[in-house]
Amino acid sequence: MTVSIQEKLGLPAFRTRGGVHAPHRKNTAECETVVMPPPERIVVAMSQHIGAPCIPVVKVGDTVKVGQLIGDSDALVSAPIHSGVSGKVTGLTELLMPGGRTTAAVVIESDGEQRVHESVQPPVIEQFDQFIAAVRQSGAVGLGGAGFPTHVKLNPKDRDAIDTIIINAAECEPYITADYRECMEDSWDVVSGVQTVMEFLDASRVIIAIESNKPAAIAELAKIAASVTTPQRQVQVRRLPARYPQGAEKVLIAACTGRKVPPGGLPADVGCIVMNVTTAAFLSRYFKTGMPLVARRLTVDGTAVAHPKNVRVTIGTPVKDVLAFTGGLKHEVGRLLMGGPMMGLALMDDALPVLKQNNAILAFARQESAVTDATPCIRCGRCVEACPMRLVPPSIAAAFSAKDFAGAEKLGVGTCMECGCCSFSCPAHRPIVQTMRLAKDAVRKSKS
Amino acid sequence: MEHTLTVTSSPHLHCGMNTRGIMLDVLIALLPAVAASVWLFGWRAAVVEVVCIASCVASEFLSRVVMKRPQSVGDLSAVVTGLLLAFNLPATIPLWQAALGGVAAIVVAKQMFGGIGQNFVNPALIGRIVLMASFPAAMNNWVQPFSGTGADAISSATPLANIAAGGGAGYGLGEMFVGMRPGCLGETCAAALLLGGAYLVARRVISPLIPLTYIGTVFVMTWLLGGDPLTAVLSGGLMLGAIFMATDYTTTPLNKTGKAVFALGCGLLTVLIRHYGSLPEGVSFAIVIMNILSPLIERATRPLPFGQKRRLRRED
Repeated sequence: MTVSIQEKLGLPAFRTRGGVHAPHRKNTAECETVVMPPPERIVVAMSQHIGAPCIPVVKVGDTVKVGQLIGDSDALVSAPIHSGVSGKVTGLTELLMPGGRTTAAVVIESDGEQRVHESVQPPVIEQFDQFIAAVRQSGAVGLGGAGFPTHVKLNPKDRDAIDTIIINAAECEPYITADYRECMEDSWDVVSGVQTVMEFLDASRVIIAIESNKPAAIAELAKIAASVTTPQRQVQVRRLPARYPQGAEKVLIAACTGRKVPPGGLPADVGCIVMNVTTAAFLSRYFKTGMPLVARRLTVDGTAVAHPKNVRVTIGTPVKDVLAFTGGLKHEVGRLLMGGPMMGLALMDDALPVLKQNNAILAFARQESAVTDATPCIRCGRCVEACPMRLVPPSIAAAFSAKDFAGAEKLGVGTCMECGCCSFSCPAHRPIVQTMRLAKDAVRKSKS
Repeated sequence: MEHTLTVTSSPHLHCGMNTRGIMLDVLIALLPAVAASVWLFGWRAAVVEVVCIASCVASEFLSRVVMKRPQSVGDLSAVVTGLLLAFNLPATIPLWQAALGGVAAIVVAKQMFGGIGQNFVNPALIGRIVLMASFPAAMNNWVQPFSGTGADAISSATPLANIAAGGGAGYGLGEMFVGMRPGCLGETCAAALLLGGAYLVARRVISPLIPLTYIGTVFVMTWLLGGDPLTAVLSGGLMLGAIFMATDYTTTPLNKTGKAVFALGCGLLTVLIRHYGSLPEGVSFAIVIMNILSPLIERATRPLPFGQKRRLRRED
């Protein structure tokens, strides 16, 4: 029912529209992951995912161990949070997050012993419900940057409609190589995670999607995938053009299957579930060890970073400690990003801690951080050409500035995923993504 | 380190292009035609070009000052308009008339509507049309190439005027390709204009969609109406119009389908005016009429957002 025409014809990959040729700058692709020892103090934010923030379940003065639950929520769309160090809770504080919201945070002083909590045991999983409960307990969220709770994603309303699981290893953001290193260093974890998910969701095929600029990862995963694939459970590796935003969920589904998620819809509406490659590998490790998500790999790069590398960091480690561990800075920092340069958040403060969904810390030198003033739109149409969602940003911007929010909605502003292709290609340097965000917010408010 | 970081909305990368750079590319693309105009019509051509540019730049500068708006003269768009206006004038035009054309183009067609990006018709074409309506004799004083523009210049009819009078073009295809025929000072040398067009396509300033559709439509329509398609393509202002005027960002639809419809309309109107109108040439009017229709074309051809199956109606 959800099968696209291209699939019926048996075509291997599908053309997607729009996108930009963003520079790759994968400087750290060959940098093997370095493990950063847990810092003396971690600050664990209670909102590290899309959905309801967690409430701290520890008090100041409590002793905690590695893997111990420190924050949880009753809400469906949420994921529990665990401590990455053993030590003592020394504070419950508030953090000003990059998005402008504040969130509660638990401050833990490490005792340096890294004693593991008793609850860290491999989960017993026999049925689907136990599988989902275990995924929830692991604290897993989308590790590619979005941070959507994995247990919600893996539990769609109509499970039987899911026939395809797409493992997102596209990593289309410039600079970031964290997922690439996962594919290279932990390729068996990736495939074993993929197999588990495929079995519990009873999907017939898994497509591991990688951009063509990562030939080594394609070769590595294709080899393992071929060895585990069976007629009932196919694991395919698909090479996609290296074009930003290839890894955006809707674009990726269209590129792999030719199916188009309708506006406001979910991948499950077209029989797909999209999961980040590192998330899949993490789940397989969790099923083996029971250690929840308390550390992750991230890429540290940017023109101000003296020694760019991939680092495995305890969640809650302040950004400045991570930068210091990699070998410090070679220029004064003018712009500090959490995530990639296309969709990442600019930080106001380098004391902010690493979150679960952070896949990169990028620091850029002051001299290249100047803000270019916007000039009038010349209607060149580059944003229209670049938009993977086929929107017409100047028309939406015009509707928004005329306060015609219903008009902006009809023009499809809700479909905008803020990938940044429009602003990237705008010769007038107009803040198009920002305008789209404001317009989306205005549409939402005008309806309530 | 606090309070010293630049905090802006994503994306934090940019392709590096700006409006001024695009205009500079257009000027570079116009250089071969500038050289051809001087080669064919002498230094008077260069003088007309300088006067038009000066008039447009001064009009732009003064308009912004009078309207108390941020100065925009640095984006070089007025230079492009000035040069395109000059390309649309005969080399013999009195200089004060050329200057007046520049004022009409910038003040009336562009700045009164809000400046760059806001004009709904091509400013250079409005300048030309104002001059055609005001000084028809001077605007139809065509001279033979290489005969200068002074008292001993040889006046001559353009190929399109010859065809409209019921005869042949009077010039061979080779002569017309290199520009050895009477006409506006920048429109005659198809070779130079094509070279500039190729540069713009290579630099991705324009897509070849509009020029190819426009020229292709004129070719096919002329052939269907019994004319000589190659002569039609090489005569009048078609090359100049199709490559440099119909590709103006501001006055054409934003999306690809819209651009194709726009160019098709330009081609149809050009041929209809040439064959059935009282004027021998129709490129300027065809483009201006299609400029005015652009917002409607754009609305009718707007792409559907990703995954949306049908167009939302007004009442939805």
